[in-house]
Amino acid sequence: MGKTVSSMLRAFAHLSDEAVVALVARSDHDALAELYDRFGRVAYGLALRVLRDESLAEDAVQEAFLQAWRSADKFMPERAKAGTWLLTLVHRRAVDLVRREERRRGEPLEAAGEHAGDGPVDEQAWLRYQRERVQAALRRLPDQQREALELAYYGGFSQSELAERLGQPVGTIKSRMFSGLARLRELLEEPTEGERTWEPTPSTT
Amino acid sequence: MGTDALHHLTAAYALDTLDSVERREYEAHLARCERCRAELASLSEAAAALAYGVEAPPPPPQLRERILDRARAERANVVPLRPRWALPAAAMAVAAVAAAIALAIWASSLSNKVDRLQASSAKQEQIAAILAAPGAQYVGNRGSVLVVTRSGLGALVVRELGPARKGLVYEAWVADHGKPKPAGTFQSKGLLTIVPLKQAVPKGATVLVTREKRRVDSPTTTPFIRVST
Repeated sequence: MGKTVSSMLRAFAHLSDEAVVALVARSDHDALAELYDRFGRVAYGLALRVLRDESLAEDAVQEAFLQAWRSADKFMPERAKAGTWLLTLVHRRAVDLVRREERRRGEPLEAAGEHAGDGPVDEQAWLRYQRERVQAALRRLPDQQREALELAYYGGFSQSELAERLGQPVGTIKSRMFSGLARLRELLEEPTEGERTWEPTPSTT
Repeated sequence: MGTDALHHLTAAYALDTLDSVERREYEAHLARCERCRAELASLSEAAAALAYGVEAPPPPPQLRERILDRARAERANVVPLRPRWALPAAAMAVAAVAAAIALAIWASSLSNKVDRLQASSAKQEQIAAILAAPGAQYVGNRGSVLVVTRSGLGALVVRELGPARKGLVYEAWVADHGKPKPAGTFQSKGLLTIVPLKQAVPKGATVLVTREKRRVDSPTTTPFIRVST
């Protein structure tokens, strides 16, 4: 998922994300650098979104990558994509930190677009494509499910905090998160607009 | 928490909305429930996709170097099963003891924290109790240190134990005038693997570790770790 044109030009270009993690498990530093080049930016963006603090976000990303370095041998490619595994580590770190810091969370991040245009063009294009795809899928969720997912994932709230914040029983929150995530999974599997253009337009007559 | 309730925590877990106690309960359940493992794999992918939903500014350039430097500074995360000890055995034992003591201090400090439920599982508490016991005896042999309390409770600390080959586990033994008694199976935990022993360690006994296909009642392979009290 994290492949970009510039990463393809390098020595590891032909390797899948999973193969890169397999090399990381054999203590290959270059493979770790490659993993960072593929996922560092999205990892940092995620950590920053949850933590709203640049230095804490750096800490979360650093700890997650070092955890990946130490535990890559436990990664099971038959269980998860490498990107999912890594971003799960990043999210967990960020959430643990935000709860420890008791920072206020969940409000929209200001000036988020300020730097979004920096970095290699291919990476920007890739991330923008992904972002629009995910945001489009989120927009198609029922409001309550979207709200639960966004507060949970980006806000780092625990399910009991969510229940309190949304004035609903924990059971309701749980089921909104489950339905929302299951629906999001379906929506993300659907072909996107661009991929659908070849389809014949249904006749209206 | 009942099993039914645990099945329904998969999405909450994938989104990291469980507190640490719930998280551990769910992980224990996950180890036994194939259905939940499959569902988690699929929901986690959707959750991780959310990471791509935010605008991501480039991280500061120094972050990349810092991560790579730290990784280089850490010992290789996978070592051959027969490590080449670069330091003399005694120095290694001292280093391992120092590490064990640092860990014991850390572990015992946990019990003072309000959130100790969060930080320590029953096993960690057991380990902490052994390592921090007054008058506990520390004996080392190469990369391994055996800690035995006055009452005979033992814990083995192994530095840089490589992961067991696929399909194998490590099994600890306590040998005291006769057939070794099984003292529990374990996996490598990276830099320091700490194993609370399920057998008392009498004075003069030797603690052994073998590689086995599964938990067995008597060793089927030659011990590759031996530490005598």
